[in-house]
Amino acid sequence: MSIDLSQFIPSFLEESFEGLELMESSLLNLEAGDNETIHSIFRAAHSIKGGAGTFGFYKVTEFTHLVETLLDEMRDGRREIVQSDVEILLGAVDCIRLLIESARDEKECDDEKIIQTSKLLSQTLHNENTTERSEESIDQNLNSDTSDEAPRHHWNIEFLPEHQLVQTGNDPLLLFNALAELGELSVQANVDNLPPLTDMCAEELYLQWQLTLVSSCSEQEIEEVFEWVEDECQLNISELDTLNKENNNQTPVTIASENQVADSTQFYLQNTTPETPKEIKNSSSKNSSTEKTAAKKVEVSSIRVGVDKVDSLINLVGELVITQSMLSELGNDFNLDKVERLNAGLEQLLQNTKELQESVMRIRMLPISFAFNRFPRLIHDLSKKTGKSIELIIKGEQTELDKTVMEQIGDPLVHLVRNAADHGIETAEVRLANGKPEQGTITLDAYHQGGNIVIEINDDGGGIDRQAVLNKAKEKGIVDANATLTDAQVFDLLFEPGFSTAKEVSDISGRGVGMDVVKRNIQSLGGRIQVESQQGKGSTFRVHLPLTLAILDGQLVRVGREVYIIPLISIVESLQVQNELINRVSGDMVLYRLRDDNVPVLPVYQLFNLPANNTELSNALLVVVEADGQKVGLMVDDLLAQQQVVIKSLKDNYQQVEGISGATILGDGSVAMILDIPGMINIALQKAQYEQKQLEQEVM
Amino acid sequence: MTKILVVDDSNSIRDMVNFTLKSAGYDTQDARDGQEGLNKAKASSFDLVITDVNMPIMDGITLCQELRKLPNFKFTPILMLTTESSGEMKLKGKAAGATGWLVKPFNPEKLLATIKRVVR
Amino acid sequence: MNIQTLASEIPEQGEQSLEGIDFITSGDQYLTFLLSQEQYCIDILCVEEIRSWENPTKIPNAPDYVKGVINMRGVIVPIIDLRQKFNIGEAIYSETTVVIVLTIESPEATKTIGFVVDAVSDVLNVEQQEIKPAPPFGGCISPHYIDGLVNVGDKVVTLLNVQAMQVIEAHQLN
Repeated sequence: MSIDLSQFIPSFLEESFEGLELMESSLLNLEAGDNETIHSIFRAAHSIKGGAGTFGFYKVTEFTHLVETLLDEMRDGRREIVQSDVEILLGAVDCIRLLIESARDEKECDDEKIIQTSKLLSQTLHNENTTERSEESIDQNLNSDTSDEAPRHHWNIEFLPEHQLVQTGNDPLLLFNALAELGELSVQANVDNLPPLTDMCAEELYLQWQLTLVSSCSEQEIEEVFEWVEDECQLNISELDTLNKENNNQTPVTIASENQVADSTQFYLQNTTPETPKEIKNSSSKNSSTEKTAAKKVEVSSIRVGVDKVDSLINLVGELVITQSMLSELGNDFNLDKVERLNAGLEQLLQNTKELQESVMRIRMLPISFAFNRFPRLIHDLSKKTGKSIELIIKGEQTELDKTVMEQIGDPLVHLVRNAADHGIETAEVRLANGKPEQGTITLDAYHQGGNIVIEINDDGGGIDRQAVLNKAKEKGIVDANATLTDAQVFDLLFEPGFSTAKEVSDISGRGVGMDVVKRNIQSLGGRIQVESQQGKGSTFRVHLPLTLAILDGQLVRVGREVYIIPLISIVESLQVQNELINRVSGDMVLYRLRDDNVPVLPVYQLFNLPANNTELSNALLVVVEADGQKVGLMVDDLLAQQQVVIKSLKDNYQQVEGISGATILGDGSVAMILDIPGMINIALQKAQYEQKQLEQEVM
Repeated sequence: MTKILVVDDSNSIRDMVNFTLKSAGYDTQDARDGQEGLNKAKASSFDLVITDVNMPIMDGITLCQELRKLPNFKFTPILMLTTESSGEMKLKGKAAGATGWLVKPFNPEKLLATIKRVVR
Repeated sequence: MNIQTLASEIPEQGEQSLEGIDFITSGDQYLTFLLSQEQYCIDILCVEEIRSWENPTKIPNAPDYVKGVINMRGVIVPIIDLRQKFNIGEAIYSETTVVIVLTIESPEATKTIGFVVDAVSDVLNVEQQEIKPAPPFGGCISPHYIDGLVNVGDKVVTLLNVQAMQVIEAHQLN
């Protein structure tokens, strides 16, 4: 029987990465004498090593073995826990991660860092031989089963078990069975030591055995059978004579057993010369098995769901079934007297569906600690790199967030935290001079607000230099030289492409990925980012994100025969146009006066080239929406219901469409498009430019 | 049918062992740590216990000692899964009443061959 | 009982499970359909289903031949009018107008797209050597859509390249 181990690899990878995270966070919090923590770090390393060996990731095993050995010494108290060792271990965690990643991607990993770290580890262990040992063990595995053609021996085995042997669950019969598999076995029991029946204890063993085994096996192989009981018995193995009936012409080769590491190289040589065909066959079958795993490799991401969440789902489905059976019973012979019960039933169905939907969504929700837990390490490293002392405070890590959103928000958050450490927090001298505590503080917080999650990154550093930002923006021509801007507008400039305030590009945050990318990423998740800052006191970056990407609260609107969905989150208000508030300016650009703002009017039918019922602006319906700080009024024919819609991708089978973020399926089974407000504004701009060009050409 | 209890905190190893045993026609139950294993052992009887050594909450050595105190498990074979091929761990295991051990890394074939040595 | 042995008894793909019996008459199978008076065919393995025309939801600013999207069991499927895409005949929609839904696999993605045709006619068995290259003299279909020509009796059927059919030109704004 062969079992395909590759099916367990995803779960091994998942738990290994979790283990690495645990190791990392525990190492960061490790204090001398904290035995429980060191134990859990050890266990994580131990599990990774064991799994990696089982699933054939030998490089991981080999490297992790070093880590495990060091941890073992710490665990046993043979080694004091010093900061320098912790640093090495942190580096080693990175290396294991690299190794596992490259094993997963079936790539070679020859990162310099790994070689260095393993050297460091070996030095620390004062044991340079450790690496070689695991290589040897791999060779052994490759060369083990070769005993078929060796000469046969006549073994005489005397097995004298102690009385309590069976009390550890060992069974002589099974031992003999194992021996019988090695060759021809004959067994003779010696009953001389049987006590009189009255003295006999049922839990003890009084028999002894005399065995003969004709087999090509080595003495070691026999000893291996008795390995588990060697301390509970007397075992005498002797060889009668060598039976060399078969294979006369072959040089007698004593086969090294698995435990006999001594001259594995020599063994290897002997093995290859006479048996070349076998060797080739072995390696080719090995190749085909790796090919097989490669072909099977599919990216499947999985979620681990708490049993409570699954239980609540099952309960809800149960209720749904009850409601359904009640409704179908009602329908069996329906008459008008039953309308009330029908209504109640439908109401119940609505409730069930809603709860079921919420529960299903909850399955995808994970606590944000999954995204936050990388920051202690990041701050630890940044502190070292910048020479600033920084404390990280994490709050609200149990706040739940959709898995997809979580995966995509990681990098922007890292960027913001790096920024806070690099540009936000001042050096110790500056802080002391300004009467602040020497240690800077970065606070990460997450909480729910309405249907959104808010993530705050706060630092108690120098704050944003408003004037410096403004000057630079003017210098770069991002804003007009005479512009007067509010604080919020100035801080928004940080997210303009090509804007970077760092006086010199630093190794930490000046790596070409700008804040504009951060903002774009957040926007692509349907979120937004705000900045608050007080000079001398610090800054707060606040990221608002939808809880999930799968469902959206929308306003249904009609344009001509088409129904569109506007995300509620971007709607400022909906209104009926009052004629006196319409202004036509600078050559037929239509503005609508909304209190102090002049809002450009964009008729949806024009943007989308559709026939519409209403092309007149007077008395039309406007939905005022906002994106990127820009308000626009979308002119529609009719406002329909507000409802939650399930977002479906257009890209899967079609392509990205400007102005459309996706599609959904309405109650009647028809498809409706979900509007993407920044995209709509973009269409309007392009159309305006196109028309201007046309006009210019006409004039010429 | 031969009933086997598998105790390991690593999902992948536990799944692998479980799958291998089930494919070979054994009936299995599993537990994530020694305590859970002990609870399951108390609730039922098994023909074999396979347990990891390093686990949170209760380790394999303790589990082994606890199992041997149960009348049902006095003679039940207990196999330790260990990455340590060192004699020290084996001695500890034996002292705790383990029947034998299986050194990681192991493959399904080796696992099944080892099991044959402890269950009839 | 034993999953592994059971699995090993299931023949691998491409293995003949019953010796000597050929289930399908030789050659590959193709679905033929009509655009105006002309016959076309596509690899039948790509055909997901054949459905009647229903009014799709428009996609803003899409090319004319992209009629919109429909809901096919919860999946959003775009509908392309092949007559308009290839400039053949008139795009009239009646109750007999048919949509052939194809699943097109490419290295990047698997897409499900519906194609409007005038009528579905037949299933053809074609040997590889029966497929002749199309002569390079114009016609309004760009040559990269055509894998070859097949003679069926007196008629000639155009074999379309399914991979090429999934490409939709980017939207033009004006």
